Amino acid sequence: MPTMNMLQAINNALDIAMAEDDKVICFGEDVGVFGGVFRATSHLQEKYGKSRCFNTPLVEQGIIGFANGLAAQGSVPVAEIQFADYIFPAFDQIVNESAKFRYRSGDLFNVGGLTIRTPYGGGIAGGLYHSQSPEAYFTHTPGLKVVVPRNPYQAKGLLLASIRDPDPVLFLEPKRLYRASVGEVPQEDYQLPIGEAEVIKEGTDITLVGWGAQMEVIGKAVELAEEQGIACEVIDLRTLLPWDADTVVESVLKTGRLIVSHEAPLTGGFAGEIAATIQERCFLYLESPITRVTGLDTPFPLVLEKEYLPDHLKIFEAIRESVNF
Amino acid sequence: MTNYVHQPLFMTGDEFSMATFSLLDPEGELYEGAREPDLPRDHARRLYQAMLATRILDERMMAAQRQGRLSFYMQSTGEEAAVVGAAAALDDADMIMAQYREQGALMYRGFSIDEFMNQLFGNELDYGKGRQMPIHYGSRKLHYMTISSPLATQIPQATGYAYGQKLAGDGHCTLTFFGEGAASEGDFHAALNMASVHQVPVIFFCRNNGYAISTPSTEQFAADGIAPRAFGYHMHVIRVDGNDALAVYEATRQARQIAVEQNKPVLIEAMSYRLAAHSSSDDPSGYRAKSEEEAWRLKDPILRMQKWLLKKGWWSEEEETSQQETLRREVLDTMKRAEKRSPPPLESLITDVYADITPELQRQFDQLKRHIRRYPEAYPRGARSLDLEVNTSTDSQGEA
Repeated sequence: MPTMNMLQAINNALDIAMAEDDKVICFGEDVGVFGGVFRATSHLQEKYGKSRCFNTPLVEQGIIGFANGLAAQGSVPVAEIQFADYIFPAFDQIVNESAKFRYRSGDLFNVGGLTIRTPYGGGIAGGLYHSQSPEAYFTHTPGLKVVVPRNPYQAKGLLLASIRDPDPVLFLEPKRLYRASVGEVPQEDYQLPIGEAEVIKEGTDITLVGWGAQMEVIGKAVELAEEQGIACEVIDLRTLLPWDADTVVESVLKTGRLIVSHEAPLTGGFAGEIAATIQERCFLYLESPITRVTGLDTPFPLVLEKEYLPDHLKIFEAIRESVNF
Repeated sequence: MTNYVHQPLFMTGDEFSMATFSLLDPEGELYEGAREPDLPRDHARRLYQAMLATRILDERMMAAQRQGRLSFYMQSTGEEAAVVGAAAALDDADMIMAQYREQGALMYRGFSIDEFMNQLFGNELDYGKGRQMPIHYGSRKLHYMTISSPLATQIPQATGYAYGQKLAGDGHCTLTFFGEGAASEGDFHAALNMASVHQVPVIFFCRNNGYAISTPSTEQFAADGIAPRAFGYHMHVIRVDGNDALAVYEATRQARQIAVEQNKPVLIEAMSYRLAAHSSSDDPSGYRAKSEEEAWRLKDPILRMQKWLLKKGWWSEEEETSQQETLRREVLDTMKRAEKRSPPPLESLITDVYADITPELQRQFDQLKRHIRRYPEAYPRGARSLDLEVNTSTDSQGEA
């Protein structure tokens, strides 16, 4: 099985989708001949022509407006927003248009073919405007699906599933892992399920939930905890909307303890949603308070990035406190 | 090629002067030097009848709104020629992505009075399943995109839709309508620039009707209207007399040729006037003079075309009278039918959010049903949908 980094896996997924279906069209700022600032769309214009892989003017609301129309027409647009930090000019097109297209027309029209790819997250010395994790703005929007892969294998399978999914998908790519995360990825076509979490490690003492780049950080914290004899169960949510509460509930009914971790700020973050649901469904089984280990309620810093981030040590401490509660 | 000069030269756009294309004068006579477009008798009658039907629908529905039978309405009075004239110049399978005041285009394409009424009353037959306020029509079979309230969002979507049509190579284009107020939104500029860069068969049709709710166009932009903006995008543009159906028809017909044959976008600015209020919730007497309205009433687009048709012998006073009577009766009869129909079923609350109902949404819905079963009187429509006995005299229509 070939080894790929996450960018290669994403590029490979786009290549497969474009080869299979003429209606798949990739576009965004610099995605054409340059192949995107991160090179996720490398060689696609060469292979499939300028009409199916192209640069757009620098206008995010235009990119998503264009993509909505193209999807309504029956094409399968894969639009790239260069950084998730710059998705906000397109917020209206995503929240008021993509998400509501099917509902408001009574299913006469839909933009189910639409996938929006965008790199998110910190740890790359990107400061306020190249580091944000805006997932919670979108998980509050019925009609969207929000998907986040944690490694190259997941990225390829989830991206192919997103492109073929009958609903619009916001596909958040952990850019810190673009080149850092390397793993075996099948060359052939495969899909991973949207809306299903994955238990990536079983354990009996405590449940840890995360998604995307945070899974690697949780993994490191779990190693420290296991050295102290704490058996951790680790769940990658993979899809944040609609999220797989059942898998988390089943785990917490067993462990009685839950930690949720994300890079985005604490207040209004998606961990709050998970905590509320789990206390409702697991109330009598909880051994300790559900804990959120997240970024601070500040803009994303630059020089003090390390201090801001919910790293493995902060998660490890939360595990200890939960177990010793 | 860069053209260097060696003294500073500032420009404002005043170097250009946009002309307005007009064929018929207010008396329905062709202007001297104007050439009558190639518009056959039946096509001209279809155009006129759609304008007339739109006017009558608007009058009756506004009256119904005032009687409390309808929650909301928007008239297109004064702008019928701009909208129907444009629709008549398209192929019926071209996509129309409208703003909200373009019921005339749907009327032209054959949306039935029943279909209008079902949407206005949000009943079980409404294609939109009672989810949107009145006038948010849509029709897949008539290639008319469902209306969305946020302004200008449809403009870049039209660029994208037309790009798909170009790739499909089926010879169709998209026409998107919007007001001169909506043209201030960022989406307008994004759409025009992208259409020009990507050479897309789309027609941007601006209804410059003088007002964005209460804001006059003089407070909307400093330049000479919307049309000159096309120069900045290197786009074909024409300004047309929006109260002259023939001129609108001919301008749009030629714009369509440019769009479809050359894969190039075109901007049309139709100069007109919103004779009615913005909506049933608006009262123009607070922001504009009656005399201004009266001046525009003299330029009524329907009368202008009617006079032209009468002179050509393609229409008669008798037809006019009988058509008006028939339409008024049809509107009233269908309204009575539509308002008596059941509301959409309770399940339409959760369908079409996603292609399939998610487990979480199903759970929330089951919880809601249990609650309605407990308090059916408080939720008459939901209770009716669940076939529950409701011991109350609550008139569900009165709740709209």
